[in-house]
Amino acid sequence: MTATLQSRSGTAADAVGGVLPAAVVRPVTVPDVVAVLRGGGTVVPAGGRTKLSWAAPPSSCDVLLDTTGLDRVLDHTAGDLVVIAEAGVRLADLQAQLAGSGQWLALDPPEPGATLGGVLSANASGPRRLRYGTARDLLIGVTVVLADGTVAASGGKVVKNVAGYDLGKLYTGAHGTLGVVVSTTWRLHPLPAARRVVVVDLADTAAAGPLALRLARSTLTPTAVELLAGSGEPARLVVVFESIPESVRAQARSAVELLDGGAEQDELPEGFGRRPGGADDLVLRLAFAPAALPAVLAALPAGAAVTASACTGVAYAALPAGSGAAALPGLRAAIAPYDGTAAVLAAPADLADLDQWGPVGDALPLMTQVKDRFDPARRMSPGRFVGGL
Amino acid sequence: MSLLAAPATDRTARLAEGLRRAVGAQRVLTDRAQLRTYECDGLTNFRVTPAIVVLAESREHVVATVRLCAGAGVPFVARGSGTGLSGGALPVADGVLIVLSRLRGMGPVDPDNARIVVEPGVINLWVSREAAPYDLAYAPDPSSQQICSIGGNVAENSGGAHCLKYGFTVNHVTGAEVVLPDGEVVHLGGTAAERPGYDLLGAFVGSEGTLGVATEVTLRLIRVPEAVQTMLVGFTSIEDAGGAVSDIIAAGILPAAIEMMDALAIEAAEAAVGCGYPAGAVAVLVIELDGPQVEVEAQFAQVERIVLRRHAFETRIAADAAERALMWKGRKSAFAAVGRISPAYFVQDGVIPRTRLPEVLGDIYRMADEVGLRVANVFHAGDGNLHPLVLFDNAVQGQAEDAEELAGAILDLCVATGGSITGEHGVGHEKRMKMGRQFTADDLDTMQLVRCAFDPDGIANPGKIFPTPRLCGERPGPRTGEHPFQAAGLGEVF
Repeated sequence: MTATLQSRSGTAADAVGGVLPAAVVRPVTVPDVVAVLRGGGTVVPAGGRTKLSWAAPPSSCDVLLDTTGLDRVLDHTAGDLVVIAEAGVRLADLQAQLAGSGQWLALDPPEPGATLGGVLSANASGPRRLRYGTARDLLIGVTVVLADGTVAASGGKVVKNVAGYDLGKLYTGAHGTLGVVVSTTWRLHPLPAARRVVVVDLADTAAAGPLALRLARSTLTPTAVELLAGSGEPARLVVVFESIPESVRAQARSAVELLDGGAEQDELPEGFGRRPGGADDLVLRLAFAPAALPAVLAALPAGAAVTASACTGVAYAALPAGSGAAALPGLRAAIAPYDGTAAVLAAPADLADLDQWGPVGDALPLMTQVKDRFDPARRMSPGRFVGGL
Repeated sequence: MSLLAAPATDRTARLAEGLRRAVGAQRVLTDRAQLRTYECDGLTNFRVTPAIVVLAESREHVVATVRLCAGAGVPFVARGSGTGLSGGALPVADGVLIVLSRLRGMGPVDPDNARIVVEPGVINLWVSREAAPYDLAYAPDPSSQQICSIGGNVAENSGGAHCLKYGFTVNHVTGAEVVLPDGEVVHLGGTAAERPGYDLLGAFVGSEGTLGVATEVTLRLIRVPEAVQTMLVGFTSIEDAGGAVSDIIAAGILPAAIEMMDALAIEAAEAAVGCGYPAGAVAVLVIELDGPQVEVEAQFAQVERIVLRRHAFETRIAADAAERALMWKGRKSAFAAVGRISPAYFVQDGVIPRTRLPEVLGDIYRMADEVGLRVANVFHAGDGNLHPLVLFDNAVQGQAEDAEELAGAILDLCVATGGSITGEHGVGHEKRMKMGRQFTADDLDTMQLVRCAFDPDGIANPGKIFPTPRLCGERPGPRTGEHPFQAAGLGEVF
């Protein structure tokens, strides 16, 4: 290993899903990462450690590979709206730097301290996915280190590029099971000049679906349409317009008309974009055909706290742990007809043997073959992914 | 019977017999004259006659054909409309060509989910036509959209003029039913935007037919915008036109499209379709904005101020859909139009960082002058995707070789700026030997791990994308050496 590589014993604070790593290493260069992987053993990469519970506990963790030492922004050519940054760069730090050029990486997951590698590997997104899409739509290049130490890149630093397979897609949401993401290249967007928000108080969450559909069928171009419904709190639909001042003013007015009401304001309401749930809750990420929002909401057990990116077919729900775990199989079955899936993002420790991912479909054998080609010895984040991969 | 050529091998004859039984004799072509119809795609300078052509009409036909090919160890190539420009659908000699253009079923538009399920032979433009009554549209719009198929678009991850704002095919496909190279059928993605598991759909789109055959595709539709405005702008210098593009983007405006044509391309388009572009222009830009009316109006005025600051000598605003169509006609017909001013030409598809545009164009003209050839430039300026058309005459000895060399040098130039050898046409057969310029051997080997997972026997469209196929049993040792990005000074280690 190289001189720069720091290593120490794992402590309780380093546990991943209750599994204590034997060692924690913090590489600061790509050759360091290569050295760690060539060193053998099972390896779990981790960045800001804000979403470790989004995947199942590893079956083994010899080394926790802390990526936060890979923290350099390598290239930002403002005129090209492209940035290249290492995986350990924190999203918030990158956004602060890009803001100086009036730009941003159009991803807004709420976890504070999240790194680019973690956001990519967990495929984390936020409300503005409605306008800008998710990591798969914004990532234009990636460099990874495979389990055997091979350093490989795909994509490039231009947005339009169809040369070769797009490995970035495979690594998006792969939770470190195919290797370690060390560098990412992203397409950027200009920061919008103005914002106008319309907040509609709803009689109940069931009212959200039809209103979201009205918005989706209209020519309005909101950056986000969020349903916020805390447990036992009144539900609200928050429609966000971000563009030039004359556009957001006109669109907000039109939205109030289209939705038969709502209050206009400049600021985002408290809690906007945050995931629901507390430490003792079972938190789920639900994905489904966008128009099925009412059916999905109806399938949730009583007492659930929900946020939904209403026009995109993605929602987050927090269920009381005990009843939630019991309800999960039924919920999955109920939303399956709408192409619906429910992945566990967090669960109390006593629910450790919960099925994290649910049914995967007929592509699981193919996913297994991909895993076996990239990591034949199953050393990378073993057991954390679908089908025990 | 005298027209029937003897099959190349017994293996081919046995396979043809099996295929006739499986899909019906009328759908299996082995007649040499008929086979020759399929010997190339839109890139006509490479031609290979396949041993057998299957005209599939259903998923079952595709499954049966692929199974028989897998069983016999015979390679197959899927083909849609055959409009590809990189030889991606170039047949394999002794192989089977699976023609999908008869698979033209379209499910009903699902307006609430903004989705439609289509078969791979469906023509790109039909989708937007089908969706129009619901005020929906399919965003990817390659110039060949009147004839190219969705299956081909998926294989190539096709773009088009409007991908600057709306993205590529991969951003608009949410699901696909795929026949894997062993004949198994899998469902990647679906109606929902995401699901647990690897994003194999994302890897499949743009894999140029090397990972399997899509038999059904779920497309995401977009809401037709409230307003569209198109402007045609004439410049007396390439630098001003390129500078205007940069200024528009720097102003925080994301147009639906910014297209550029140079004097030679304008001359060709004028000769072919009489599009009435500004006389004497050294470069024209076609700039289109779409979105809410108030936003389009304000930003359009801003764009007008920007181009005037960059010495535009003529700006024309399309008054209606007919005028807009005429502005686009000149641009979309440009490739074909070049046939009016040159007996032959090579089209390239390189990409450069947008900020390098004026500089790279200058280099291209200089390189062309040095070898005494003409290059017409038509390109998606907003995203730096160049389509240099290198003109030549086969009747002049050595000119075709010079032209090919120049076209190759232009791609090298694109890679040297940190760009790509292909923005939307694909690597195919044509540019696979250029892949080593953009990627290391380790990069390419790693990509081929995906290939090995989907197609361990390498029978799906072999000889495309990769300069050297990887044997899926082999495990290469670690390599060292400088990555091209590193060599280009773009990163310390990448």
